[in-house]
Amino acid sequence: MKIAVCIKQVPDTETRIRIAPDGKSILESDVNWIVSPYDEFAIEEALKIKEARGGEVVLVSLGPDRAQSALRSGLAMGADSALHLKDPLFEQTDTLGTAWALATALKPMAPDLIFMGQQGVGGDNAQVPGLVAEILDLPQVTTVVKADIQDGKATVEREIEGAHETWDVTLPAVLSAQKGLNEPRYASLKGIMAAKKKLIETKGAADLGLTAEQLAPKTKVVALELPPSRSAVKMIEGDADTQVKELLRLLHEEAKVI
Amino acid sequence: MATIVTYAEHRDGKLRRPSLEAVSEARRLAAALKASVHTVLVGSGIEGLASELGAHGADAVHLFDQAELGAYATEPYARAVAQVVAAEKPAVVLVPFTAMGRDLAPRVAARVGAGLVSDCVALTVKNERLEARRPMYAGKAYATVRWEGEPQMATLRPNVFPVGVADAARKVEVKKETVDTSARAKVTAVHATASGKVELTEAQIIVSGGRGLKGPENFHLVESLAAALGAAVGASRAVVDAGWVDHQYQVGQTGKTVSPTLYVACGISGAIQHLAGMSSSKYIVAINKDADAPIFKVANYGVVGDLFELLPKLTEAAKRYFAGKS
Repeated sequence: MKIAVCIKQVPDTETRIRIAPDGKSILESDVNWIVSPYDEFAIEEALKIKEARGGEVVLVSLGPDRAQSALRSGLAMGADSALHLKDPLFEQTDTLGTAWALATALKPMAPDLIFMGQQGVGGDNAQVPGLVAEILDLPQVTTVVKADIQDGKATVEREIEGAHETWDVTLPAVLSAQKGLNEPRYASLKGIMAAKKKLIETKGAADLGLTAEQLAPKTKVVALELPPSRSAVKMIEGDADTQVKELLRLLHEEAKVI
Repeated sequence: MATIVTYAEHRDGKLRRPSLEAVSEARRLAAALKASVHTVLVGSGIEGLASELGAHGADAVHLFDQAELGAYATEPYARAVAQVVAAEKPAVVLVPFTAMGRDLAPRVAARVGAGLVSDCVALTVKNERLEARRPMYAGKAYATVRWEGEPQMATLRPNVFPVGVADAARKVEVKKETVDTSARAKVTAVHATASGKVELTEAQIIVSGGRGLKGPENFHLVESLAAALGAAVGASRAVVDAGWVDHQYQVGQTGKTVSPTLYVACGISGAIQHLAGMSSSKYIVAINKDADAPIFKVANYGVVGDLFELLPKLTEAAKRYFAGKS
């Protein structure tokens, strides 16, 4: 079984965000880059399926040079090979262009299963799984918290508001991983050493036959700013009974929320 | 005349609130864009919901009422929305950023070649074009986004856009349509999970618990307060990762981003990734024994004290308060 996993390199969730001088991106100087946590669930699930059923796990990541280290992390976890999609045109495109690049790269691989995180942490768009599935004309199940892969089909659980849905899906398909699917493994020392020897293939837009016109973004961030600061806290003093009484009074009379 | 298309989600025979938020926002934009509002309604036995959409601002409802559409399936539902988009050539398409909308909207966007902006918290019209405001980095920054071309497709964060006053006298045209219902991915069962009472992302009040509760056996203190306030229950990543509660309760960057009217953080120190997920709440109450905890930096009201004394007292007082009110 051939499983492709699309991963994105993102700022660590503990990163303090600072705005770059261009006013529409973040300052990358102090950022610690990691594999998006949801993508780690996707890698882990792919590895588990491979261990249970045999096959291979191929990683694909679109991003600048630094994305190589994300691919290296995935290889260290146990993935077999990696493809890095790198091109100035990719850097300027939006979610739809990203999906076109990924889909075009994935198509000739003909994977039985395409896994990715349900969203890339940071961009928080939660779009690429569905976009890729539609472009490749494959079925999709998103925010998957449980996956049982069989021959030519899978039974998976998807998280929705206040419920889990059980889905039957034919393969090949695109599945997006939600937290709760598994506990991603740590790379072993042996895995890290082995990953260093694995080849990362690189492809640009021209290699995929994609033009600047096809990758022209349909959405553009024109400004990025920090959230408005919140008003100063009002500390409620006194013993517990006084605090409770005063808190309820403030919520009722001042905030008018109860 | 320009058109705005919205998607209406329903469950158990009722329109979900984010659907009405989308129609209400479309109505507001329609005034600025001189547009008519068309809403797509997909399901089985749902014709009765059209009038409510009309009352909230839909001029037309495209009704796909077919027995095979009783359960949500991405492919036929996306086909239905794309069919309306292809026919109406709307300037704007609005879909709620719910579990269903998150699954559906990208599929439609790729199908019709639309630029899609996720999780918008505000839309403004400038020179007859739309401009969106959306959180990034789970709310640690806000982006202003514009589209090239049309349709300008957006998903809307639940609980942010106000629902307009219904006008039962508004007339709505119901356009019955059909779609190929075949699907390669299908729902075979749905089981409610414990948080089914009040959904986090749509709750007006949330009570969240963190490591200050010391152990899973004390989490009921948070649940009791939530019940007394009619609130949803949330949790910090620390207690989810420790296995006290399921991930669906997690608020923060790898959990849910919430914007309730009132967020009560109990024993949550306020790690940056948690603050990212809740700092857009209208009012924040922090209850913590450590007066230096970062949570107090985002709180409106701070209470320093012992959770094990404060929470039961607050629960009892809240119960008395609501008993006295009703």
